[in-house]
Amino acid sequence: MNRRALVSLLILGVALLLLPLFANSYLLSVATLILFFAFAGQAWNVMMGFCGQLSLGHSLYVGVGAYVAAGLFVHLGIGPWAGVWLAVALCVALGCTIGFLAFRFGISGVYFALLTIAFAEFTRIGFDHLQWTGGPGGLFLKVAQRDTIDIANFRGPPAMYYYAILALAAGALALCSWLLKSRAGFYWQAIRENEEAAQALGINTFRWKMLAVAISSAMTAVAGVFYAFYYNNLFPEQIFHISRSIEIILGPIIGGVGTLFGPILGAVVLTVLADGITELLAAVGVEVPGIKQVFYGIVLLMVIMFLPNGIWPTLARKLGLVHAEGGK
Amino acid sequence: MTWDLVANVLIAGLLTGMVYGLMALGLSVIFGVVRVVNFAHGEMMTIAMYAAVILFVGFRLDPFLAVLPVAAAFFVFGYWLQKGLINPFITRPEHSQFMLLVAVAIIMVNVLLMVFGPDARNLQVDYQLESFEIGRLLVDKARVYAAGVALLTAGALFGFFRFTLTGKAIRACADNHLGALVVGLNVKHLYALTFGIGSACVAVAGCMMVLLVDVTPNLGPAYTLLAFITVIVGGMGSMPGAIVGGILIGMSEALAGLLISPSAKSMFSFGLLILVLLLRPQGLLGKKP
Repeated sequence: MNRRALVSLLILGVALLLLPLFANSYLLSVATLILFFAFAGQAWNVMMGFCGQLSLGHSLYVGVGAYVAAGLFVHLGIGPWAGVWLAVALCVALGCTIGFLAFRFGISGVYFALLTIAFAEFTRIGFDHLQWTGGPGGLFLKVAQRDTIDIANFRGPPAMYYYAILALAAGALALCSWLLKSRAGFYWQAIRENEEAAQALGINTFRWKMLAVAISSAMTAVAGVFYAFYYNNLFPEQIFHISRSIEIILGPIIGGVGTLFGPILGAVVLTVLADGITELLAAVGVEVPGIKQVFYGIVLLMVIMFLPNGIWPTLARKLGLVHAEGGK
Repeated sequence: MTWDLVANVLIAGLLTGMVYGLMALGLSVIFGVVRVVNFAHGEMMTIAMYAAVILFVGFRLDPFLAVLPVAAAFFVFGYWLQKGLINPFITRPEHSQFMLLVAVAIIMVNVLLMVFGPDARNLQVDYQLESFEIGRLLVDKARVYAAGVALLTAGALFGFFRFTLTGKAIRACADNHLGALVVGLNVKHLYALTFGIGSACVAVAGCMMVLLVDVTPNLGPAYTLLAFITVIVGGMGSMPGAIVGGILIGMSEALAGLLISPSAKSMFSFGLLILVLLLRPQGLLGKKP
């Protein structure tokens, strides 16, 4: 990263910090959504982008994280600051179980991806039949007074949630940029590029893959806790659904898998695109169910066909934010 | 609960499972040769189901006759999908192929939603309400016919791959891509042909399935997952495996619906999938990778 990139990042950071001062509530909710997907995408990127393990079941961690924190809050009155630890611990345990089973038995590539889907779907149907969390009828958090800030229970106005997710996204960015330059990051990239070669060089690939899964699932669990307290309602059909996993991973793929800023850029592009299409269709006066998603699909198709490495590597080179060779 | 009931449910599951098997066979053939996982497989299945409904409502065409035009159309569609869209992605990483087909799937589901709306559609033929009586067992006629067509199609496909030159050429591509290129096979054409054949399988399965269940646009993703499970349980790339997997999934779904609740039926299938992936990742009839 050169000086130009650093300055741009600084300006972006200040702009994001000041955003609630002049943004209306709609813009703030869009920004919150973008940051949520940027954060979750960053988490997924640790596993896939850094370490090369394709997970298509990240909704599992969002859902379990959300349900654990919300369940503790609703039933036992335990606030999210304590709940988040249990959520993270449980998701890491789940991730490590899946990882252990898969990596021990030599499951990789497509098979690993399908195993992650299977676990997410299995859990979704399980939660549909779990009465403690309300089953298919959903779990609801009491919507708090929107103008008082209750930090202890993480209830407050939209701006509070905005700053929370901004902090999380910024923290994730810092963590990931540190991870990429750490020993783990180099080992991961070696495993991603050629696992056998990495093993031959004496890297314990099993252990490092497990670490990637653990970090990724922990981060996604935190995203889940945020989701529960921001949206206040949870349904197994929505939160564990495979389309949720796809939503999470579209950002990094569109932005650029394995890059630091790809997940952020991807989240911006996708959210703005989806909202833009909605606005555009409303302005034209077309109201056909599904037409929005068709446009969305076509744009995805175009991006993936013509920018196979994602938008960020190309954009970064064009703007002169990175030196000519390394797009990452 | 009597044993009669259990036997009836199991037989119904077995017959439905054969249709699942045919659907999964399409996926398996495509993956076995082209090495691309068709994430739009279930969506193609629902399109075939709608096609059968339209042909029935519009032209009074029985689904057993509608199979032919629908399969032919799907063959052409699959051929061009591979040739035009997927071929450049053959050498790209898995997540890139995955994204491409997810985008195709999103478009398919929502075009169906735009055209037909979210309500369930079905068709009614007189033999749907009749059944064969064998001793104390009652077996739906429509289910038996559907399973029969599924088996027949699968058999024809086995024959094609085993005895025809084109079938052998396709198998050569699957076994050794480089070798196939060296001996001068037109691999791109054969890949497209394979995708067409896989699509035709789904078309037949879709026309049969519409006799057994109502169709909504949202069935697509569920069928995609079902096809994955079936193929992995049976063994990716193994043709008999897909049918065996389909039968197993069909029967376990039926049994779970009876013993626990219909809404829990796919939990059994996913449980089966997790077990198979852990104990025998290549699937029941798959070869070691």
